[in-house]
Amino acid sequence: MEFLSSICPPEILCQILVGLSRMTILFIVASGLTLILGVLRIPNIAHGSLYMIGAFVAFSVSKWFGGGTTGFWMAVVLAPFAVALLSLVVERGIFAHLYEREHLMLLLLTFSFALILGDLVKVVWGGEYRTVQLPGSFKGPIPVESLPIPIYNIFLVIIGPFVALGLWFFTNKTKIGKISRAAAVDREMVGAVGINVSWVFAIVFVIGCFLAGMGGALVSPIVNITLGMDHTLIMEAFLIVIMGGLGNVWGALLGALIFGLTQSLGILIWPQFGIVFPYAAAVTVLLFRPTGLLKSTW
Amino acid sequence: MLSVNGIHTFYGLSHILFDVSLTVSQGEIVGLLGRNGAGKSTTMRSIMGLTPPRQGTITFKAEPITRQKAFLLVRRGIAYVPDDRRVFADLSVDDNLEITFRRNEDWNKERVYDLFPVLGEIKSRRGGNLSGGEQQMLAVGRALMSSPELLLLDEPTEGLAPLIVRDLEKQILKLRETGISILLSEQNVKSALKLISRVYVIDNGRIRFEGSLADFEANEEIKKKYLMI
Ligand SMILES: Nc1ncnc2c1ncn2[C@@H]1O[C@H](COP(=O)(O)OP(=O)(O)OP(=O)(O)O)[C@@H](O)[C@H]1O
Ligand SMILES: [Mg+2]
Repeated sequence: MEFLSSICPPEILCQILVGLSRMTILFIVASGLTLILGVLRIPNIAHGSLYMIGAFVAFSVSKWFGGGTTGFWMAVVLAPFAVALLSLVVERGIFAHLYEREHLMLLLLTFSFALILGDLVKVVWGGEYRTVQLPGSFKGPIPVESLPIPIYNIFLVIIGPFVALGLWFFTNKTKIGKISRAAAVDREMVGAVGINVSWVFAIVFVIGCFLAGMGGALVSPIVNITLGMDHTLIMEAFLIVIMGGLGNVWGALLGALIFGLTQSLGILIWPQFGIVFPYAAAVTVLLFRPTGLLKSTW
Repeated sequence: MLSVNGIHTFYGLSHILFDVSLTVSQGEIVGLLGRNGAGKSTTMRSIMGLTPPRQGTITFKAEPITRQKAFLLVRRGIAYVPDDRRVFADLSVDDNLEITFRRNEDWNKERVYDLFPVLGEIKSRRGGNLSGGEQQMLAVGRALMSSPELLLLDEPTEGLAPLIVRDLEKQILKLRETGISILLSEQNVKSALKLISRVYVIDNGRIRFEGSLADFEANEEIKKKYLMI
């Protein structure tokens, strides 16, 4: 660690860590978005709203359990499931009947959903800022080097690879995952080998939305939970998905890494315009690889 | 077993099939012969519910199946091998077989690999990396995994080398011995005649001839006019 600080001053280390934990949230949300985009071919603008709902539900759950450690863990575990349940209802009730429509129609439809869900949040939780308490053990500064950011950031950075691994396992090792990979390319033929594609889509949609909710729940202790938090995120998530290659989960990981790191390091280089860096990175990537870094399923 | 009664099928506004009727009985291989663009694949797609007919009816084992969804037809015992094979390119050979719906235990991967030993040797290869012949075998094997009673086999020999065609013919004959019924569409009349017992000739979306193999072989006019042989 002495060595580490000799080549890399603490403030840079801090920014890298912040960038990586930011990347984890972005990856989790974007991987859900790209999964849905790749298999169902729906550009789900309402994905950001589900992320926001995940954060608000996390707030309510945590409050219900009286905050603290229990509240936090309950929130992190239950909020994604709540979002998944909501998405199941929406999918079975509405989307399931519309898969054959044009992409533009679906885009507009999910956009209208984003608006509706936004209003729903306003009705249920109101317009005030909310916060979720971090458990004590996560609050403290990072012991090594005593970096002045919460240990929670390390926790996030550790979760990221597990989610990636879980998704890899789902798409490559489970039957539903294999079916969904086939359906991403040729859904008619998947039906013609006897599979009810509609249910496969429902499962994939719900998993994707679960990830949005999970992102929202995980981010809830480190941001102000507020209306509008969906807007920036959905933009970033789409950018990441496009950068990585539509429908490619590993692409989402790569895109999130680039986005998270350029964002946090950009702040060090040029504080007032730090926000520009990730977008500049995205433009550069797309300039050289218009279809994204990794193989798109489109 | 299968009965198609006066179906009319459209792609959008274009009327493709006109009053097409045909039957397939238990255990027989029936040929649907015709030139490029005659309507063979459209007939197959109509039966499979992929391009449902606007008029007419289809029954399978005496039950109506017109306009039913493809996955339900598979569950009833119909399997489909499209003319362009459409193996799942991203999945391995093994996974292509594995994800298919299985009605019962009659067919499994081992039995498919027994029928097509070539496939057994390349189990883990990506479907997209197979040769044309291997893809055709995989498409047939995949269809068999659902243990069908009726197989819709659309131009299996298209684009295959003569040697591989002969192999495939042998395997189709082996299948016939198991009692499966097959509707076989072909342009390659020579190959089809080795397998089938009854013939329909389709041209311009209309059935122009139906009859036994012997009737067909004797009918020079039909052969010349619609199949150019
Ligand atoms: N998706 C489609 N949209 C519009 N027309 C189509 C479509 N598919 C086929 N057709 C038309 O329908 C007619 C019948 O085509 P079909 O594919 O059934 O012929 P085929 O007998 O299978 O020919 P081939 O031997 O070339 O496979 C053709 O005139 C073709 O142009
Ligand atoms: Mg054809």
